[in-house]
Amino acid sequence: MKEFIKEFLKNFKGNKYFWAGLAMTGLVLILAVVGYFWTPYSTTQMSAAERFDAPSLRHLFGTDNFGRDIFSRVMKGVGTTVFISVLVVLCSGAAGIIIGALTGYFGGIVDEIVMRVTDAINGFPSILLGLVMITLLGSGSHNLIVSLAIVFTPSYVRIVRSEFIKLRDADYIKRARLMGVGHLRILFVHILPNIFSVFWASVMIGFNNAILAESGMSYLGIGVQPPDASLGKMLSDAQGYLITAPWYALAPGLAIVWIVLGFSLLSEGIRRLQE
Amino acid sequence: MRKKLLSYLLMAFLTMTTLGGCAGGTDESSGDNSSKEPVYGGSVVVGIQQDIDSLDPHKATAAGTKEILFNIFEGLVKADENGNLMNAVASDYVISDDGLVYTFTLRDGIKFHNGNPVTAEDVKYSLERVSGLLDGTVLISALSTIESVDIVDAKTVQVTVGSANTELIYSFVAAIIPQGSGEDAQADPIGTGPFSFVSYAPQEGIVVAKHDEYWQKGLPYLDEVEFKIINSPDTALLNLQGESIDIYPYLTDSQANELQGSFQVLSAPSDVVQALFLNNAVEPLNNVKVRQAICYALDKDSINEFVAGGNASLIGSAMLPSLKDYYVELNDVYGTGANPEKAKQLLSEAGYPNGFELEITVPSNYAYHMQTAEVVVEQLKAAGINAKIDAVEWNTWLTECYQGRNYQSTICGITCDMTPGYLLNRFQTESSKNFINYQSAKYDEVFQKAQSSLDLKEKAKYYSELQQLLVDDAGTAFIQVPPITIAMKNNLGGYKFYPVYVQDMSTVYYTE
Repeated sequence: MKEFIKEFLKNFKGNKYFWAGLAMTGLVLILAVVGYFWTPYSTTQMSAAERFDAPSLRHLFGTDNFGRDIFSRVMKGVGTTVFISVLVVLCSGAAGIIIGALTGYFGGIVDEIVMRVTDAINGFPSILLGLVMITLLGSGSHNLIVSLAIVFTPSYVRIVRSEFIKLRDADYIKRARLMGVGHLRILFVHILPNIFSVFWASVMIGFNNAILAESGMSYLGIGVQPPDASLGKMLSDAQGYLITAPWYALAPGLAIVWIVLGFSLLSEGIRRLQE
Repeated sequence: MRKKLLSYLLMAFLTMTTLGGCAGGTDESSGDNSSKEPVYGGSVVVGIQQDIDSLDPHKATAAGTKEILFNIFEGLVKADENGNLMNAVASDYVISDDGLVYTFTLRDGIKFHNGNPVTAEDVKYSLERVSGLLDGTVLISALSTIESVDIVDAKTVQVTVGSANTELIYSFVAAIIPQGSGEDAQADPIGTGPFSFVSYAPQEGIVVAKHDEYWQKGLPYLDEVEFKIINSPDTALLNLQGESIDIYPYLTDSQANELQGSFQVLSAPSDVVQALFLNNAVEPLNNVKVRQAICYALDKDSINEFVAGGNASLIGSAMLPSLKDYYVELNDVYGTGANPEKAKQLLSEAGYPNGFELEITVPSNYAYHMQTAEVVVEQLKAAGINAKIDAVEWNTWLTECYQGRNYQSTICGITCDMTPGYLLNRFQTESSKNFINYQSAKYDEVFQKAQSSLDLKEKAKYYSELQQLLVDDAGTAFIQVPPITIAMKNNLGGYKFYPVYVQDMSTVYYTE
């Protein structure tokens, strides 16, 4: 046992991916949480005197076309983006588990129908599908979460379903069934824990995709509505000032890269740990 | 790994600072090409903000459509760049002393784009079509007062109207089209303007070509003009910089600053009245005190500063300051600065001591209105009004807000023609353009008096009364007349600003 813990710790220590990812993601989370309660400046307060100030000690990332502090807005924007992405992953992940488990385990005509529907959804590019959803539901962050969750659900359904199909005829499940264990208990107590590692990997990838999708939608002006800060919207506002105020575009852009990179490193690190 | 990462970050930081250092280096003042010799020929691409709602000049309602159709169609008279009328299809006209009979003499040798000369029959057909004499449908409401159109001889047309109105002559800018062509106008519009219609692709744009037999000798200079629809103002800016469009007429102040030096950036007052339009028929905006509170809460000075760089004219009511004989300075009623205390007090008197939720619908293709909305939201917050922006597409805005009147408040602009009555007309209770649902019996009454008055002094008095009524009732929170700022390639010249909402391409030319 002692050996095992030693081995585990050694794995941890040597795992650069994990630590780099943890540091980057940790910073993001700290910024997001702090930004929820406190930002150096108000994120919406405008100041005519301080329009397009270059990055300085006073304004770390400079100011935008309304004289708002970009660092504060990035803090808030990171929080919004991460919050929306987490909710999207939670919703679509949960829906994916339920639908995938039922269809994979029971099969039959319902399985066939659900699979064709997910095929249909997968057939569209995700941004396009999100756009359609937003047009139907109306813009705003609530609807953004709902529509992105719908867009991301099929990928989880497929993964969960294939794992359930693999396991539903395994010997230990057959035995459990013979012993009279109910279907629900088999689904969620006997099979679900065994597909966790596969599911976790897809959640990690899904989270990054959700962040990019959220930024993309806000960039197109259909996600978070101004004057609330969001990274995508900031990017789209900033593109008109690329030459005169490059810091305006770089700040939210680098923030998105930072989040995605950090999380990718973290998930890679965790994957290596599991091995 | 950590080292690598650090060096990446450092690189990013360095790029940021060096790029930042480049900014502000190119601050030459924009060149004025009016002194250079015009060259004939060439084609330009003009960026426009929205799709065309109809190619039929009598049925088009959106200002963004009319500004383009100005190049294709002409009326008996048309606007010039000074806000006066000039003769177009008519070479002369006489109005009888009682103001009831208009006699138009047609211009010699004027031809339609299809090569046919303009006849008295064409004029009779066009005027009867817009006034509803043809099939009972009135297409231009101001001209519904026409009682008969008579052909005196081949070159003379006499129009008899039901009631005298000194402003009616301005409505004869209505397009003259070939007899019987109304049905086809949507597919193949034919007019007498400097450019003839070539093609139109929905969501893409419209192409027009030089009308070789245009009656104004020497015009137009260009062989072809393409009006390209660009829904996003940011994309428009990139298109300008990438040189896929040559002229873009709707810049915000900060966009204009971005383009200074590499483009000619020209600016003039527009004919647009921008306001936070309040739907008088919905809770809580049906309460006059709430509407007044909103007027007090707005800080128009800083809106002007943020969005127009201080170049806008602030207004208190629905009238352009350029219509000097009729404009009344009403900025003092609610002040041009913010007065959140007064606003809060009015709100609690109205029963909203804790403010309320306000939704501001904004057409997202208009950067100017979007930016104004962002500033307004911030200002309303200080008065306890929790506003939120709902950015919608132009078509949604047109159907939901303007036609459907299904909105709480909206920021946009309404345009004016050369008459003061045009702006004030829409606030009559029964007007089809009264999208804010303003209701005032007094207003309707005074407006009728103003319309029928033949004495200009008296008319001006009624019009000032109307402006005062609108402000006192806080029918809507008027903000400003924004400047119109255009960017044009350096080798172009001759662009003319009009006090009406048009893009006249006939005088634009290349200098090399």
